[in-house]
Amino acid sequence: MSSGTLYDKVWNIHRVKELPGGSTQLFVGLHLIHEVTSPQAFSAIHEKNLGVKFPNLTVATVDHIVPTSNQQRPFSDPLAEEMLSTLEKNCKYHGIKFHGIGSNSQGVVHVMAPELGLTQPGMTVACGDSHTSTHGAFGAIAFGIGTSQVRDVLASQSLAMKKLKVRRIWVDGSLQKGVYAKDLILHIIRHLGVKGGVGFAYEFAGPAIEKLSMEGRMTICNMAIEGGARCGYINPDETTFNYLERKEYSPNGQEWEKAIAWWKSLASDSEAKFDDEIKLDGSSIEPTVTWGITPGQGISIKEKIPNPELLPHNEQQIARDACKYMNLEPDEPIEGTSIDVCFIGSCTNGRLSDLQEASKIVKGHRVATGIRAFVVPGSQKVAQEAKQKGIDKIFLKAGFEWREPGCSMCLAMNPDKLEGREISASSSNRNFKGRQGSANGRTLLMSPAMVAAAAINGKVTDVRKLLED
Amino acid sequence: MKQEFPKGEIKSIQGRSFVIKGDDIDTDRIIPARFLKCVSFSALGDQVFADDRKELKGNHPFDLDQNKGANILIVNDNFGCGSSREHAPQALMRWGIRLIIGESFAEIFFGNCLAIGIPCLTSSKQEIIRLQSLVNENPNQVWHLNLKELSIANHKEKLKLNLEEGAYKMLYSGKWDATSQLLDEEERIKKTMKNLPYLNNFK
Repeated sequence: MSSGTLYDKVWNIHRVKELPGGSTQLFVGLHLIHEVTSPQAFSAIHEKNLGVKFPNLTVATVDHIVPTSNQQRPFSDPLAEEMLSTLEKNCKYHGIKFHGIGSNSQGVVHVMAPELGLTQPGMTVACGDSHTSTHGAFGAIAFGIGTSQVRDVLASQSLAMKKLKVRRIWVDGSLQKGVYAKDLILHIIRHLGVKGGVGFAYEFAGPAIEKLSMEGRMTICNMAIEGGARCGYINPDETTFNYLERKEYSPNGQEWEKAIAWWKSLASDSEAKFDDEIKLDGSSIEPTVTWGITPGQGISIKEKIPNPELLPHNEQQIARDACKYMNLEPDEPIEGTSIDVCFIGSCTNGRLSDLQEASKIVKGHRVATGIRAFVVPGSQKVAQEAKQKGIDKIFLKAGFEWREPGCSMCLAMNPDKLEGREISASSSNRNFKGRQGSANGRTLLMSPAMVAAAAINGKVTDVRKLLED
Repeated sequence: MKQEFPKGEIKSIQGRSFVIKGDDIDTDRIIPARFLKCVSFSALGDQVFADDRKELKGNHPFDLDQNKGANILIVNDNFGCGSSREHAPQALMRWGIRLIIGESFAEIFFGNCLAIGIPCLTSSKQEIIRLQSLVNENPNQVWHLNLKELSIANHKEKLKLNLEEGAYKMLYSGKWDATSQLLDEEERIKKTMKNLPYLNNFK
């Protein structure tokens, strides 16, 4: 059993009670809600005549269903409009702060909360969304919950949870030029598998992790869940503190120094015990692309699509399904695969540095003929800052569309969808069958810079070739 | 006739069973995202596995006449991975599923099922394959889950299953709906809050 890890320390101070069933009642320090997984939770507390216990500890935004072309209210999709107005009503009724369209602070929940300084080290963060693991980048314990648990958190600011084991993933070295946090996490999931993390929290540590910016760290923790780990985290350090300094909800004045002292004390001890430890070499990782229908089916840009018959027995069937669904031939290189759509955005890679890195590739080039390419900033703040830096212009000039913030084609709950058998190069997090809005649409996951390279060449491209120019 | 939704103590479940084959079946497949555009779960039962069913044009296990009224689902490895949407177990429950048995389950999915009283039990790969072939031999046979024994049996075969102790106790005692227990602890919650630096000006 782990001890002395950040996970243990944060868990212990949030423990309310050991429940008879063997789980722990855990206090939730920050509860984030959005329009998709909250309406039924509010209905449930209304039915039971319960209130929201601590409305100041819940924060709301709207992201999944918002259109990215025209955000004029009412939305043209009446169901989307109903979901947003239901959330507005619920927030207003219970006194919950809502960051709505036009607030300048709306965005994908896992983008907007960190940039407001809402997410801080040492917190427990829960949200009805599996990518809540993102917030672990700050040294918080952050995890996705279902709607029944959203109800529980609204009613009691706590939930019943079992303590996870802790696996430390130590990454040595540093990432090469043209290799990003996204490549690293795709590489990790490829090697540990999509269910390797079930029952674990992942602590990401080591020189390659420490060198990442906060935005890179969020990309890593965001996809912990794609490796089966409900929560992933990184110990807070100077990078974390620098990011948080002077954010809207960050501590300030005298509190700031005290906060830093406390945050520092939370990092895993040098003699901490982990339930499992693995080591990787970050320097040897190459740009990575998924070829299949799970985020674990990734290969480096230099590799060929695996032959299912040569894979370990338990991976063969899903690899055969994947080749068939993706219409990709075993033993063919992934580089050069033609694509139709390019999507830069999402809670994984919709932050300013993601757009910046992609714009460096795009600058001075044109989107290849026939390719539909678009950028969806992760939040209104990201959009604003990108505009101030002229990043929007670079994309527009190259033939990309520049959209309004939202989850967009990551899961296609809004009008942004693949059509028919289209294949996308996407900076999002899931390549499941049908994920991007067409029942037989296909997704290749990669870093935003790799998506940009694919847009310019109309096919999967090693971004390092464009960096050399 | 539609069965009632789970309520109270869950000690045994009986009914007919069928198989959904495949590893890593994600919640986007169980309920595609477009059906999440709702403010109530009530319509989800008809939409379970919508895209897979459309592709198989009536030959999907959820469409076969022989499986109508069945309430036990046998799956493979890492079932329910991906999105945390409770819409997935809600859709299965509203279609009629009351028990899921598989090699393993994704964590959030397992918890979401538990929170609505749907037990997810596991067994080894070998035993699941055996169970699946027994189920497929005769879709009309009735299976009995005995939660205390952690076993499922038909008229002649019995298979052992696994369930972690916490979930077992919650189901067996009827305390899988956690809200009331959590609400009981107001004083302790306040005490916990007092000790959290970030809620107390980092004192």
